[in-house]
Amino acid sequence: MQARLAAKDLACRRGDRLLFRGLSLECDSGAAVHVTGANGIGKSSLIRILAGLLRPFFGAVETIGDIGLVDERLALDEALPLGTALAFWERLDGCRDTGRAMELLDLADLLDVPVHFLSTGQRKRAALARLLNRNCPIWLLDEPLNGLDTQAQKAFEALIAQHCESGGIAIVASHQPIALPSPRTIALAEFAA
Amino acid sequence: MIGTLLRRDLGLLMPGGRGGAGVLPLLFFLAVAMLYPFAVGPDAQLLARTGGGVIWVAALLAAILPLEKLVTADLDAGVFDQLHLRGASEELAMASRLLAHWLAFAPLLLLATPPAAALLGLGGETLRTVLLGLLAGTPGLAAVGLIVAALTASLRGGAALAGLMVIPLAVPILIFGAGALSRPESSGLLLTAAISLGLCAIAPFAAGAAIRSAREG
Repeated sequence: MQARLAAKDLACRRGDRLLFRGLSLECDSGAAVHVTGANGIGKSSLIRILAGLLRPFFGAVETIGDIGLVDERLALDEALPLGTALAFWERLDGCRDTGRAMELLDLADLLDVPVHFLSTGQRKRAALARLLNRNCPIWLLDEPLNGLDTQAQKAFEALIAQHCESGGIAIVASHQPIALPSPRTIALAEFAA
Repeated sequence: MIGTLLRRDLGLLMPGGRGGAGVLPLLFFLAVAMLYPFAVGPDAQLLARTGGGVIWVAALLAAILPLEKLVTADLDAGVFDQLHLRGASEELAMASRLLAHWLAFAPLLLLATPPAAALLGLGGETLRTVLLGLLAGTPGLAAVGLIVAALTASLRGGAALAGLMVIPLAVPILIFGAGALSRPESSGLLLTAAISLGLCAIAPFAAGAAIRSAREG
């Protein structure tokens, strides 16, 4: 997997407030970055800027490779069984082997449960399953550990390590400590405007 | 990709689907046709003369009912963000939604028009004009509805506002569509169809731009 993500001199403004400025970031295949900072400092905005969903106030982002995003929004049809809801994204992503993600994330028993019955942790695991099925090199993760139990956290940290080992990039915005293969941290407070 | 999108949108919006208004617009439409004779009395001539216009107003108002769930739920759930990352533009998503929205309410309304016409005592010729007019006008109503639903999706209380915003935008369709009832030539129907086609051509772009701007907000 070949991937690259480069952000140059990013600044982010929300409303009248400048959240951060002068943030540059270069990631090549295999890189993992932990973005830390207090609530409201702009972690989610940074992830959305890197994903191309939010225009930066200043600066530019360049990416090579497809992007997979996991944030607090599930993007699955609440009334459908989990398996059917995930199948829509699998079809779009052209994913053949869905069993692997289900097994890794321990979701196989939940496939016929409607999405709105799932617990917080199970919903998070469903979002991560969508990410795995997408099989894309750049992972942008916004608080991926929220709601996961210790065992699932460990399992997911192992998945990130595996992803980076095979040449992927993982950018993780999280206020919780997370074990990443290359412990590189961006403290957003240093770039606060 | 468009096939997959359309399949999901139809599953959401078609009657019996999990996200749409179901048969509510149909029942609303028939209810108006049923109540109108009660309100104005059993004057068959009056009913026959005004019934076509009543059907048009009922159709316009029924088209507002599905708007609340048309865009908001998917915007809140981040579906459009995930589609954007997969290279599906907002315009494509909105084009698919427009088609699904029209299929979900217009054929039902057209099916319900003959019984509604019977309730109002309309003649065969009037019924034909109303049916042709609705066939020409409902795509335009769907397009206006989609644009307005996308514009108001990120607002609190957007659904009520959407209903109010659709009405002035739909007035041209109503004027020419219902106007065809009182003029024998077919120019009214053709103008309705022209407005509809124009609106359908604009709608995916206008609604797509609305979704993108909601994302920035």
